[in-house]
Amino acid sequence: MRERPRPKLAVWKFTSCDGCQLQILNLEDELLVLADAVEIAHFTEATRGTLAGPYEISIVEGSISTPEEVERIRAIREASSTLIAIGACANAGGIQALRNFARLDQTLSAVYATPEYVSALESSLPISSEVEVDFELQGCPPDPAQLLEVLGAYLEDRRPRISSRSVCMECKERGNTCVMVASGTPCLGPITHAGCGAICPAYARGCYGCFGPKETPNPPSLSAWWGRLGVSDADLESAYRHINGFAPEFADEAATIAGRDREGQT
Amino acid sequence: MSGDGGERTISVGELARVEGEGALHVRIRGERVEDVRLEIFEPPRFFEALLRGRPAADAPDITSRICGICPIAYQVSACAAVEDALGIEIDERARALRRLIYCGEWLESHSLHVFMLHAPDFLGYEGAIEMARDGHEQLFQRGLLIKRAGNELMALVGGRSVHPVNLRVGGFHRSLRAEELRGVTETLRRARDELVEAVAWAGGLPFPDRVLQTEYASLRTEDDYPMERGELYSSAGDPIGPDRFEDDYLESHVSHSTALHSRHRERGNYIVGPIARYSLNFDLLPAPIADAARSAGLGPICRNPFQSIVVRCVEMLYAADEALRLIDAYEPPPPAPPLEPRVAAGSGWSEAPRGMLWHRYELDADGRISKARIVPPTSQNQAAIEDDLSGLVQASLDLPDDDLQWRCEQAVRNYDPCISCSTHFLRMEIDRRD
Repeated sequence: MRERPRPKLAVWKFTSCDGCQLQILNLEDELLVLADAVEIAHFTEATRGTLAGPYEISIVEGSISTPEEVERIRAIREASSTLIAIGACANAGGIQALRNFARLDQTLSAVYATPEYVSALESSLPISSEVEVDFELQGCPPDPAQLLEVLGAYLEDRRPRISSRSVCMECKERGNTCVMVASGTPCLGPITHAGCGAICPAYARGCYGCFGPKETPNPPSLSAWWGRLGVSDADLESAYRHINGFAPEFADEAATIAGRDREGQT
Repeated sequence: MSGDGGERTISVGELARVEGEGALHVRIRGERVEDVRLEIFEPPRFFEALLRGRPAADAPDITSRICGICPIAYQVSACAAVEDALGIEIDERARALRRLIYCGEWLESHSLHVFMLHAPDFLGYEGAIEMARDGHEQLFQRGLLIKRAGNELMALVGGRSVHPVNLRVGGFHRSLRAEELRGVTETLRRARDELVEAVAWAGGLPFPDRVLQTEYASLRTEDDYPMERGELYSSAGDPIGPDRFEDDYLESHVSHSTALHSRHRERGNYIVGPIARYSLNFDLLPAPIADAARSAGLGPICRNPFQSIVVRCVEMLYAADEALRLIDAYEPPPPAPPLEPRVAAGSGWSEAPRGMLWHRYELDADGRISKARIVPPTSQNQAAIEDDLSGLVQASLDLPDDDLQWRCEQAVRNYDPCISCSTHFLRMEIDRRD
């Protein structure tokens, strides 16, 4: 068999908590196998060694939130055959995208005494707002097994097998009792993307949507259910404006709720 | 790196093997170190602003996202601060379960740092994978085994190891059954055996000579090595509670760095994290752990930051033992009490793997956060790291540039700086004076 050159894999960090990269290191058993299958060209959380592009696969963690990051993601896209965005920051702007609903100057002055030294874009944005993304793997953090599946798929030149169903389906598979039906606990599971394995309901709490919206969700229907459980509009709005608050499906529903509240007051 | 006419500049544009993004600049003129700067270019994430208007119950889940490596530290400190504000007394059994998952985080975070990020410095490799491939696979596998034990413990108690979901203000969403916890004891025992070896291995590494005089600060309790509670002790002053932190310590904007540095208002720079914690709490380590530390060449006080790798191994050995003890003594905590909103303020802290982490919240009548303040370990250490580097470079001027650069990087990694936890670092201006 002819030895093919190993594809170059690069891992890039943007505005984030490093948790997505840590999930790659958390592959543990598969880590050395992966390191044999690819040439790790850039992964600063793991090594000071670094190789120039082009890269067969780039994995990107984090959101775009500074002018420098706009330039950097463009250069990375240019140098990469495949670009995979992982996590809530890379795919929906992350928790820091909550600032997108406020004015930047007010956000700045809440934290810094000298805001003029801070360079930040008006919004924290998903990677796809600047460049074409080949695959988006959701989750805060993404699931290590799904990470491996996506990497394996691109190394084998096939589409990743990542289900787009809801957390509810995983809850059934895990044999969880429905927290919403059984104990009246508000849960975002019906509209949230699967992948975590329904962890929160298994720990007796409602899903808080850290994997972001599933395909074609129906948030207005879920909001009505939450209303019947006695959840206030203010708390509903907070629930949508959370880890994936800037994902359009969640952001739109939060805006609808905020809008009807304003109408109710006038 | 560049230099002529007696002028040397060391610039590490992208510091590897740290959590987050940082850079280091050192300027030398002749025989004199003129400037050392640890630059943080982690983009600001504005957590203290994002928390405004959020329900107080969201604080642990939101602040967890500050750092994927030490989410439990954020969750525990956030819970402690909100509980302080609302006058919630945490049940002893819930406190023990918090301590248990905290042991998992120390194992996970310290093993990542020791075996993947720091060991390659001592053994002369670019990274852990290069190290494993070149005859150190056993060491690498040992690190993975210990890390897996930490991750499994966190996932069992918390649901998953990165951003666990089970902690809440007042306790836990679900109380685990004792037999569930016993599922992880075998892995912990194996990790413990490996850690006995790891402490001895770390003690045998070559350590550059270095003695710090910097003030140390760490939580401390009467009963046990500090993790989830305590008062802040200092090597130079009296202990204080979390409500006093802002009175005594100041986060200030320093002219040369434009980063927020935390300093004691009167005494200046200080160090938090493993070497400070160990030195202020050595007497609280159980005898077998203290003996292992002594055999590895540590005294009751550690003043050489390069030996922090040994201290981390000692702390992991303690965490593995402590986890086994806590599982043995485990009683399920009662359900968390409901939160009763009121206008209030409170503060809380805990010992993150990298050192003390402080939160303070002001809450409004609806139970929402009106003001938040977070001081992570790295912002407390940054000024002291720069001082340490300045002294280190001055003492190592005879090294060739490449070696000096590596030595500096290694010295930064002694502190395991978690730059992504810089909730409010500012962009740094580069000083271009000739």
